[in-house]
Parts: sequence; structure tokens; C-alpha cells
Amino acid sequence: MSVLVIAEHDNAGIKGATLNTVTAAIACGGDVHVLIAGHNAAGAAAAAAQIAGVAKVIHADAPGLEHGLAENVAAQVLAIATNYSHILFPATASGKNVAPRVAAKLDVAQISDITKVIAADTFERPIYAGNAIATVQSSDATKVITVRTTGFDPAAATGGSAATETAAATTDTGKSVFVGSEIAKSDRPELTAAKIIVSGGRALGSKEKFDEVMTPLADKLGAALGASRAAVDAGYAPNDWQVGQTGKIVAPQLYIAAGISGAIQHLAGMKDSKVIVAINKDAEAPIFSVADYGLEADLFTAVHELVAAL
Amino acid sequence: MKVLVPVKRVVDYNVKVRVKSDNTGVDIANVKMSMNPFDEIAVEEAVRLKEKGLVTEVIAVSCGVAQCQETLRTAMAIGADRAILVETDVELQPLAVAKLLKALVDKEQPGLVILGKQAIDDDANQTGQMLAALADLPQATFASKVELSADKVSVTREVDGGLETLSLSLPAVITTDLRLNEPRYVTLPNIMKAKKKQLDIVKPEDLGVDVTPRLKTLKVSEPAKRGAGVKVADVAALVEKLKNEAKVI
Repeated sequence: MSVLVIAEHDNAGIKGATLNTVTAAIACGGDVHVLIAGHNAAGAAAAAAQIAGVAKVIHADAPGLEHGLAENVAAQVLAIATNYSHILFPATASGKNVAPRVAAKLDVAQISDITKVIAADTFERPIYAGNAIATVQSSDATKVITVRTTGFDPAAATGGSAATETAAATTDTGKSVFVGSEIAKSDRPELTAAKIIVSGGRALGSKEKFDEVMTPLADKLGAALGASRAAVDAGYAPNDWQVGQTGKIVAPQLYIAAGISGAIQHLAGMKDSKVIVAINKDAEAPIFSVADYGLEADLFTAVHELVAAL
Repeated sequence: MKVLVPVKRVVDYNVKVRVKSDNTGVDIANVKMSMNPFDEIAVEEAVRLKEKGLVTEVIAVSCGVAQCQETLRTAMAIGADRAILVETDVELQPLAVAKLLKALVDKEQPGLVILGKQAIDDDANQTGQMLAALADLPQATFASKVELSADKVSVTREVDGGLETLSLSLPAVITTDLRLNEPRYVTLPNIMKAKKKQLDIVKPEDLGVDVTPRLKTLKVSEPAKRGAGVKVADVAALVEKLKNEAKVI
């Protein structure tokens, strides 16, 4: 049996999360196929065919698939689902949106957010904000899975030469309609793909201070900007910057937490980072318990000095 | 229009759970239990829709052990009109809960189902989407804004990189994200009032649903511990460490 990966893409190309998901798919065993469900998505299909380890790309193209509406994408996956032992989605906003629809229609359990493939039917996944790791076994005929991308290395984006097959697109259900989106345009790396993240907390005190203090550091390091839930709730940073259990799960090479105390829900989102730096004036802040390098200092002066020293 | 609001009883947000020494699960004996925070947001949203006159009745539902009645009473103290408990001692997984909810959707015929995007215990993020699929309804997950009209609902969703707005035909399923609203504090008079509200108890068998778990938990273990590192004296020492020891900049 083969394994199907549902690609995360923007029609023009594939997103990085697809590459980690391919690695997880290879670990499940069998040929890896990648589904590109989109509109005018030839670019994404061509990019998917280049991924090392992919045997076949299935490309379904229709206007109803352009914005990744869950109803339509799930129907597209279900149209080819019987050919596969495993169906894997990246655990991104779009993957998490669609996967359970597929699982429910197949009448199988979904295994969410896997961080390790132990055997073709056995997986590890974090529960309770990562405070426990469950090893779960599925006896269902099809394993529907979402993959925590930080648990798997990305597959090489080039080097493969998969055949591309066109699949008939399913019809638009018409029950949900895409109205519009506000996607922040930024030259910064994407939070979940960044090598360096600088993240600010409530101690910054205002949106103005957050921008004034954190932005120069991010600029200097070519880093993505993140935030704690407290900072987002207070309106200092946009919602999609939130790092934590219910926000983004990240694992960069370097994570700099400034003015973040380190609630367990925040730690759940960043503790797999390679190197963690904490800057906080409270010596007892829990963030220091996971930091490789802790600097007990006022963040306003310390971050400023850090920018100057880099 | 009726709104159905499923709520889950979970270990309280502030409790740090411990893995049992025999690795069979986490220890939740004598631990504070509360309503899943995302579900609290769902109840609040439904009640606000009722207060705006867009909704006639808010029905809270919980699936699980008898103590879930407390969670339902909390939902009614926030403002839900009545409650249904699907009582069972069997460990319920998201697919089973979605099937139970589908049976209740068939029975109650709500115009909207609003529930949390994920429960903070199993972190599955599945039930709403599964219910939508089983009931063949459109869905809008991770909602940060909901605008309801007579036959449509417009939902702004939190997606990677920003926001997206969808328009759904009704009935529909919505799952809540953190910033949809800030749930009100429950007042004592409302807690007293909630005690008198109707709470019906049914069994999975009454709804014709097989809730046998599909996933077997082989073991539950502690995550790899990350040791604390060192404290550095000043910014210069930090930069030196990052450059020469960690080699990350």
C-alpha cells in the first residue's frame, strides 16, 4: 500500500511543512504520493514532484479548491483515499482543518500531531500541552494523521523526479464560500520555518514598545517575530504570532524569549528549540528552567545592548 | 434558531499534570477539573447571540462521566438554557463524541453548533470538524469573529499568516479560537438559577452510537527533560556564548 501526503501549498509553490510531512510519510513505509488540491496549481505540483522520496504527485485543479475550503479538499482526498494505508497532513491551520473530516468520513480515528512513527500503526504524540507523551496504536484500516512538523526533519526539496498524474476535481459543495483574507505581508521568515525567532512577552508593556524593542533585534538576526499569549491577548502582537500549546509550535535553531515568564502553555510551543535564550528581570521566571542561556536583566536595556553588540 | 454548544470537562488550565509512575496515563485523581477554556468561549458566543436576539435557545451538551453535570451547570450559569449529558464511563475519543453529537444534531436540529477548537487535555483538535463531516455541514474552524444572519453566518478564522473570512450556509459548525470573546464571570445568582434549569441525561445506547475507543494508548511517558543551562552575566557574555559555544549566530 502507498502513503498519501496532502501538500500545504499556495498554488504557486509548496510550503515547508509539506517537506516534514513527507519525512513522516516515508517512516510509515510504502510509496509516498503527494496530493496537490488547488487551482492553477501547476507550480505547486511541479515543486512537489521535485521532493526527494516522492513517487507520484496527484494534481487536482478546480476553482473550488483554490482557497483550501475544508469541505471541498476533504471530498478530493476521499475520492482517492481507498488507495492508501496512511493519509498524512501537516498539523498546520489548513491540515488541522481538513484531516478530521477525512477521518470521520472514513470512520477511522485520527492521530493528531504525531512527533514520531514507531511502527506503521504506532505513533507518539504529545498530550496535555506536551507535559506527557502518549504512544498510541491504531487498528483502523486507514491511518489519518496530522504531523507536528517540528518532530521530523524536512525532506530535500529537490532531487526527486516523481510522475505527475491529474485527478478529476470533485464538485464544489457550495456550502461554504471564501470571502477574503488578510494575510500579513512580511519580508521576515515564516514563524514555523524560521531558523531564529525572537519572541516578546507581556513585560514589553505596549504595542509601540513591542515594535520598538523587538523589531530591530529581529531585523538584525533575520529572525521571525513571535509572542507569548499574554502579549497577544494584550494586543501587543498579532494573533498568528502566538507561540504555544494552542498557537504555533516552533523549533528554531535559536529562540530568544524577552520578557516572557514561561507558562507551561508557552513552553509547550518552543521547548524543542535547539538553543533557548531567556531575558527576564525576574530570577524566578520559569522560562529560565528551559533556557540554555539566561540573562537576568531589564529587557529594555538588554535587548537594546544586544542589537548594538550583534 | 437553536444553538448547540458541546462542552468538555478537562483538567484545569492551571494544573500541571503528572505522568503516573506505571506509565498508564496521567494522574487526574484529586485534580481540579474545569470546562475546557475554548468551550467556555463557545458558550459565551452562543449566549451573546441569544442576547442579540439572533438565537432563541442555547443547549449545552457534554459527553462523559456523571461529573460532567457540573460542567453543564457552569454552561447554564453563563447563560445556556438547558443541557444534555450523554453519560458513559467509557473513555471517549473524538470520533465517538462526534457521532454522539451528530445524533443530537439530528434530534435537536440546531442552526449552529459552536464548540472549542481543541480540548486542552488530549489536544486533538478533531471533534468539530468530524461532526461537520458526519452531519454533512459546512465548517469554520478557529473563529475569531462570528456574524450571524437569518440563513448565513460569516466567520473570520485565524489561519497561518493572518485571517480569512468564510461565509457558510446554515446549519453550520463553528470552532472557537482564543480571541473570539472573553467569557464573562459567572455570578452567584446565575449559578443558583442554573441549578433549576433542565438537564437531561441520555446514554450512548439511547442514541444508537458505539463509543468503543479506536486508538489504544500503549503508554504515557514523561517528555524528555530539558535541563536548565547557565546564567550569563551580561549581554557581552551572552553574545560570546551564542557565537562561540552554541554557534547559532
